[in-house]
Amino acid sequence: MQRSTDASAAPMSVDTETVRKIAKLARIAVSDAEAEALAPELNNILGWVEQLQEVDVSGIAPMTAVIPNALRLRDDVVTDGGIRDAVLENAPVAEHGFFAVPKVIE
Amino acid sequence: MSEVTNLGIAAIRDGVRDGAFSAREVAEGFISAVERARVLNAFVIETPDHALAAADAADAARASGDLKPLSGVPLGIKDLFATKGYQTTAGSHILGGFEPVYESTVSGNLFAAGAGMLGKLNMDEFAMGSSNETSAYGPVLSPWRRNDGGNAALTPGGSSGGSASAVAARLAPGVTGTDTGGSIRQPAAFVGITGIKPTYGRCSRWGMVAFASSLDQAGPMARDVRDCAIMLEAMAGFDAKDSTSLDLPVPNWEAMLNSDIRGKRIGIPKEYRIDGVPEEIDRVWEQGIAWMRDAGAEIVEVSLPHTKYALPTYYIIAPAEASSNLARYDGVRYGRRVAPEGGNLQDMYEATRAAGFGPEVKRRIMIGTYVLSAGFYDAYFNQAQKVRALIARDFERVFEEVDLLLTPTAPSAAFGLGEKSNDPIAMYLNDVFAVPASLAGLPAISVPAGVDHQGLPLGLQLIGRALDEQSVLNAALAFEERAGFTARAEAWW
Repeated sequence: MQRSTDASAAPMSVDTETVRKIAKLARIAVSDAEAEALAPELNNILGWVEQLQEVDVSGIAPMTAVIPNALRLRDDVVTDGGIRDAVLENAPVAEHGFFAVPKVIE
Repeated sequence: MSEVTNLGIAAIRDGVRDGAFSAREVAEGFISAVERARVLNAFVIETPDHALAAADAADAARASGDLKPLSGVPLGIKDLFATKGYQTTAGSHILGGFEPVYESTVSGNLFAAGAGMLGKLNMDEFAMGSSNETSAYGPVLSPWRRNDGGNAALTPGGSSGGSASAVAARLAPGVTGTDTGGSIRQPAAFVGITGIKPTYGRCSRWGMVAFASSLDQAGPMARDVRDCAIMLEAMAGFDAKDSTSLDLPVPNWEAMLNSDIRGKRIGIPKEYRIDGVPEEIDRVWEQGIAWMRDAGAEIVEVSLPHTKYALPTYYIIAPAEASSNLARYDGVRYGRRVAPEGGNLQDMYEATRAAGFGPEVKRRIMIGTYVLSAGFYDAYFNQAQKVRALIARDFERVFEEVDLLLTPTAPSAAFGLGEKSNDPIAMYLNDVFAVPASLAGLPAISVPAGVDHQGLPLGLQLIGRALDEQSVLNAALAFEERAGFTARAEAWW
């Protein structure tokens, strides 16, 4: 397949080690069995999307806004706040008015 | 009076206004229909208290001459919309038990217009699916069955599967759906109802659980075109809380409905004739073309040369955006937490997300993480955004020649549960006709066109220019008048 972009960036086949690396980046724990199962699944999908490389995109800017729309500015004033209890309402664990997580500093 | 459930939105609104029945009677009729149809699994939770309170308010408003556009109309709300005080799961275990302390703009708009809520509708997890089988709360059953005498359980499509099933089974006169790559249109086609995805930016995304933010768009699903127009008017509107919300007035789509489409030019994109699509899809498409001609439209063959790249483009962009959006589910601020004994913060993140997300969501997060990772960003994500620009340009060029496009909505009728769930790419192909308009942000509607040899509904899609929902609705109305689609699922539940 002809590649229109830098060939050095050509995606390689995803192995279980790569699956573990992606899973780590995505913060999703995977077992060895899951990594084994995911590798061919991800390869199938990545192999299928590979066909985009054959499209000539020279001179085309990547899309940034699907419908032209300028970002609005608003006055730099406080419009919200003072709702600590509502913010914490759905926290799995909240203590002393804060979100609580496992200890991160010894 | 059980027959209230045979009424659509316009008929209910007008009947309540004219005193033909009370809003409370309507709400009670639908609440009872919802309760009798639990086997369909269309609702994650039922909220009869909300529907009844809105109905009582509507009856009081009628007495005081203060009716609103949707007074007396009970609706189903897809479980992707945050509803204040009512569980909002997005079809995921990771949001099990989550009760927002705020209301999504779209559901808030509907309630402000007088509508009540019958319940939260089941859906594919985080709207990632085309059959509702990825829901953590179990698949939804379509009320439809094949006419072969078998009782095979069929999908209502996805991701708005509960929404589709609820309207087709007469459990709600109208519902909200959301469409990222076909999730309103494909299920609407599978169950023989009407559903429109408006132009990207018409409906606020605020409070709608994010999947792929550059594509996500809310829209109505209902029994017919007029009901969709009524609902969309109430849902749409500028919202400062969504940076991509369009600051434009909401047109009076219902008042302006007009099925006179004489002189309109309707394009038939040749790239939508693809191999492997059942002959019956072509047959209803040809029939639809004949109906549009009969309505006085001029039919023009057109070309959208990058169509075949739309699906792979979508399956880079949508997972990439999803991997970013779903990073928020960390077990800290809301939703489920799994903290292994003695584990640190990283262990908690990983265990929470491993337990909370289902296989399809994990697959898409992983794909998205991969295509955004160092070294691959240009080859995948940037390339896809460039191809997306080409796909949008194809549409722009074609809309210089024609006013609308007519295509099939989906490449098949509804399939059986389990038939495609083991092959992600086969599942993704369901959206081959729906995804291009999503990538270009264009308004698109699915209308029922007929049934296949097994008696299952087939839909056709009309795509319009950006912001031209009116032409889409008008042509859909002309289509509806000619299709005379009256088939409905026989109640077996």
